[in-house]
Order: sequence, then C-alpha cells, then structure tokens
Amino acid sequence: MSMFRIFDTAATGMSAQTLRMNLVASNMANADAVSNSRDETYRARQPVFQTMLDQFNPDAVAHGVRMAGVVESDAPLIQEHAPDHPLANEEGYIFRSNVNMVEEMANMLSASRSYQSNVEVANSAKQLLLATLRMGQ
Amino acid sequence: MDFDNLFGIHERALVLRSQRAEILSANLANADTPGYKARDIDFKAMLQQQMGDGMRMATTSSGHIQAESGTVPPAQLLYRVPSQPSLDGNTVDSEREHAAFGTNAIEYQTSLSFVNSKISGLRKALKGE
Repeated sequence: MSMFRIFDTAATGMSAQTLRMNLVASNMANADAVSNSRDETYRARQPVFQTMLDQFNPDAVAHGVRMAGVVESDAPLIQEHAPDHPLANEEGYIFRSNVNMVEEMANMLSASRSYQSNVEVANSAKQLLLATLRMGQ
Repeated sequence: MDFDNLFGIHERALVLRSQRAEILSANLANADTPGYKARDIDFKAMLQQQMGDGMRMATTSSGHIQAESGTVPPAQLLYRVPSQPSLDGNTVDSEREHAAFGTNAIEYQTSLSFVNSKISGLRKALKGE
C-alpha cells in the first residue's frame, strides 16, 4: 500500500528541516564569536538538500529528501581594529564571524514552516489510513 | 449483480488518489531542495485509461506480465509548470502543493464514503430486515 510510504517521505523532510534548524542554532550561537586569525573564525553554515533517489527502484514515483552536505558561507569576515581586546593579534586586529542575524531568522522561519507542512502531510495521511481501515464498519 | 466490479470507479479512484498523495507528499518534502522539479499526475486521464480496458497491453506469451493496475508508469508522471522562477531551480510552490494535497485527501475520503455506503447498502440487503 503506497499510503504508508507517505510517512517515510514526510519523515525525511522533517529530519532534513531539523538539521537545518540545528545549523541555524549553531550560527546564531556563534554570531558573536571572535578570533585572532582569519582561518579560525566561525563562518555561517548552510545545509544543502538533495533528493533521495532510490537507485534500486528507478520507477518509484516519490522521493524523500536528505542533507547532501554543509557549506560554509564565503561572505567576508568582519575585521576590527581592537588592540585592547585579549584575542587581538600582533597587528591589533580581531575577526568577527560573518553570521547575518536577519538571514538566520528568516532561515529559521522557513525551516519551521517546512517542518510544519511535513507534519500536516503525515497527519492527513494518518487520517486517510484510519478511515480506510474503518471501511465497511 | 457483478461482485468483481462492486465498487465500480471508486476502487480504482482510491488507489490513484493514494498514489497522488504520495507524489504530492514528496513535493512538499522537497520544497527546499535545489533543482527539484515538482511532479503530479493527470488524474482524470489516468483514471480514464485504467477504466477503459481497450488500453491494456497485448500479451502474446505466458511470460508477459500485465502492468499492475494502480501503478503510475514513469511516462505518466508529469512536471508541474512553475508559477514563478526560482534561483535554485526548484519548482515547488508550497501553497499550491498544500492545496492540491488537501483537495486530494478530501476526494479520497469522498471515494471512501461511496465505497462505505455501497457496503452498508449490501449489508442491509443481506440482512433483509
């Protein structure tokens, strides 16, 4: 029965959106992270989603989603001259992370909306299945 | 009374509706996947094709397997025409898919209630009360 596969598909969507929210949380927590070199500074991380193609069943009609990887933003870091800062390097510079709070908030809202829509899909599928089980009663 | 075709069109409609729900759920799961193209089936055309026996494949050998009714052949799985372009090549419009999924669920329940009323009608006839 194909209706059962809806739960699998919705679950992959929920899990992918949860990972995305995890990354948003990580970005927000590290938004104010400071370091003394360009390489060690925290950069905003974003997930890359990918459709889960079933290689054993190329004729399958529906495919779930998974996270293919995480990319680090290459937006420029904020370089600040602060010789008094305890983490300042020899030239007196510190580097702040390139996390954009507004972008992260929008990303979080989008992720939670997508999560919700997957939950609703699973709920509707459950109701339809229960109604089918009651058929003829 | 023909018991092979007791529920008529509703039996096939239920199978097709559940498959369409599966396709639409995949669209919603992939709402943020770069390059994903939203898919759907032409429900009316597929139901007509499954109801009409003229479209069955010819079997000339005992080894030939007739396509199972209720499966969606890849050629019937169409791509949705996007209403607005997106930079990452994704054509899923969340609201549209949601509406389609909801409508499909209601129509599934409609078919289900037709089947149910058929069953209760038969029950009544069998009991003869």
